[in-house]
Amino acid sequence: MTDIPLIEMRNISKRFGGLQAVDDVSIDLYPGEVVGVLGHNGAGKSVLMKTLSGAIPPDSGDIRVNGETADIGNPRDAQGYGIETIYQTLALADNLDAPGNLFLGREILTRFGTLDADAMEAETRKVVHRLNPNFTNLKDPVRNMSGGQRQSVAIARAIYFNARILIMDEPTAALGPQETAMVAELIKQLKSEGIGIFLISHDIHDVFDLADRVTVLKNGRKVGTRKTSEVTKDQVLGMIILGKLPEEENENDVKGFH
Amino acid sequence: MNEQTTAARPKNQGFKNAVLALESTFGIDTRMLAMVGALLIIWIILAVMTDGIFLTPRNLYNLAVQSTVVGIMATGMVLVIVARHIDLSVGSVLGTTGMVIAAFQVEVFPIGAFWNWPLTIVIGLALGALIGCWQGYWIAYRGVPAFVVTLAGFLMFRGGAWLITEGRTVAPMDVTYQVLGGGINGSIGFFWSWVLGILALIAVIAVSMYSRAKHRKYGCRVKPMWAEVVLILIAAAVILGFVEVMNSYYKPHTEIPRGIPVPVLILICVVLVMGFVSKVTKFGRYVFAMGGNPEAAELSGIDVKKTTLMVFVVMGVLCAIAAVITTARLNAGTNSMGMLAELSVIAAAVIGGTSLAGGIGSVVGAILGAVVMQSLENGMVLLSVSSAMRQVIIGLVLIAAVWFDSMYRRRR
Ligand SMILES: Nc1ncnc2c1ncn2[C@@H]1O[C@H](COP(=O)(O)OP(=O)(O)OP(=O)(O)O)[C@@H](O)[C@H]1O
Ligand SMILES: [Mg+2]
Repeated sequence: MTDIPLIEMRNISKRFGGLQAVDDVSIDLYPGEVVGVLGHNGAGKSVLMKTLSGAIPPDSGDIRVNGETADIGNPRDAQGYGIETIYQTLALADNLDAPGNLFLGREILTRFGTLDADAMEAETRKVVHRLNPNFTNLKDPVRNMSGGQRQSVAIARAIYFNARILIMDEPTAALGPQETAMVAELIKQLKSEGIGIFLISHDIHDVFDLADRVTVLKNGRKVGTRKTSEVTKDQVLGMIILGKLPEEENENDVKGFH
Repeated sequence: MNEQTTAARPKNQGFKNAVLALESTFGIDTRMLAMVGALLIIWIILAVMTDGIFLTPRNLYNLAVQSTVVGIMATGMVLVIVARHIDLSVGSVLGTTGMVIAAFQVEVFPIGAFWNWPLTIVIGLALGALIGCWQGYWIAYRGVPAFVVTLAGFLMFRGGAWLITEGRTVAPMDVTYQVLGGGINGSIGFFWSWVLGILALIAVIAVSMYSRAKHRKYGCRVKPMWAEVVLILIAAAVILGFVEVMNSYYKPHTEIPRGIPVPVLILICVVLVMGFVSKVTKFGRYVFAMGGNPEAAELSGIDVKKTTLMVFVVMGVLCAIAAVITTARLNAGTNSMGMLAELSVIAAAVIGGTSLAGGIGSVVGAILGAVVMQSLENGMVLLSVSSAMRQVIIGLVLIAAVWFDSMYRRRR
């Protein structure tokens, strides 16, 4: 790991009407690192990550990429910084086919400036097969695809464009065990290529073994960040459920951890 | 995975399997095929009921010309509806742009000047674009629903058309300009009709060969050669048959074939351009993406607002093209031009398979829809059905078409 973080998010806050969805949260990410972002449903994980992907402008706080202040006003800006996102909702246009979705907003064009459907199909086949070798009905509208296939398309879209920073918001929610294992494999591979990954989940088991560090949110506030090598799953679970750091827990918790 | 999906399908779905087989072999939409079938059935019924008058070259020529105005606007309405909007103002926009064209041509510019009519067309198209900009701005950048903005446009531009000449009819139009309306001299004659027909056929063959080669190069699926040949033969029959019919209708009191009417050529150009725009340009792709999932389009970095604005600009320009044909055909600018056209245009798009939920629709379907509507209208006029009764029947057909469409989509 180098000294300069790929991403530094400082004091990010976002309010929706009367609801403080993200409250003064700071988080960072180094090259080749996987940071798990954990918390209950509604803890603010997705909103925090959307401020990084350009989908939601934060009310306050700033974001640095490679140590320099980044101006991320919309998803296209974020893509420009090498930030790619797999959204929890997948963000697929149901009426388009897999290549249409994978290249949406970044189409391959022919020399006449028209869409090059064949080239996009060929590229899609390559990248999707890396995730899901049984995936043949690429040209169907994604509406007709299974949940796992749709998720494969969303993942393929995020990894195709040589991301340096990957945000994966519950990427395995719709996948079977086999595909989930494939995604875990993929994460390790991307990590070894020096890509930084935010892996979001409300379920600690999805994240703990893959992550180098975990950051826990509760009710929009950051509970804390810990290296996974220095804590147990139970301790992290305590952070998620009680909203307290392991140290604090020790004082109050009758059972204790020692 | 594939095995699972196949096994999950109930066995007694012979219809569905036949449909899927047809689609995968020919690579065409069976829904489109069903529409063509419906059109042919309507034609046969009308031919029988009118003792064959419906299918005479003369009537088919008129039918083709009558379909152009609604057809041209319907190609734009497809994009509007696909993008989850609606445009209720197209008839009024046609009225205003047509009136402006007529007023400039007859009352402002010197009559007979060679640049008069071309310049009025340019003015009309620019005005259509400007109106599209105005409506698109409110919809895209100010968040006012398209229904409201274009309902306001429906009133404003109908009123605007009246204000231009205080309700006076403006006539006559330039003699050369009248050619665009498809009247007595408004067709391209025997020779050029065949030349165009044959060129079109060559183009069809070239395009299908080119795309086969390209599919192969990228390892994409290619349909079997025999299917390709069948499709080309069908295209040949349609193109050459059309030319033959248009050439079988003579100018009055002569045996000079008329050939393809100019407004139909304009329609064909519009269809080619709009089909191209919707299928193989970024703009068209974005319109469909926005209709399928507006949030996803936004998250993909698409400029949704600009794309929405452009959809309405395109619609405005198409209204102006329709206005050119209308004024040339009427040989005048009148107050009633385009009245109620919005309903026929929306109906054509919807009959042609455009989903009001957004995201689904095709330009070719809309043209078929326009021809279906116009065939019914034309046939019922031949049968001297009263205009009140015609409205009742067209209304019922609209419901039936959409009902069929939703049934079809559910069965798939
Ligand atoms: N666009 C929005 N408008 C208003 N409120 C929102 C919006 N997006 C999120 N919220 C609210 O912000 C809070 C945090 O939501 P967020 O989606 O970040 O939760 P999460 O931690 O990702 O939960 P989950 O595990 O269910 O995905 C929730 O209470 C949610 O209702
Ligand atoms: Mg979430």
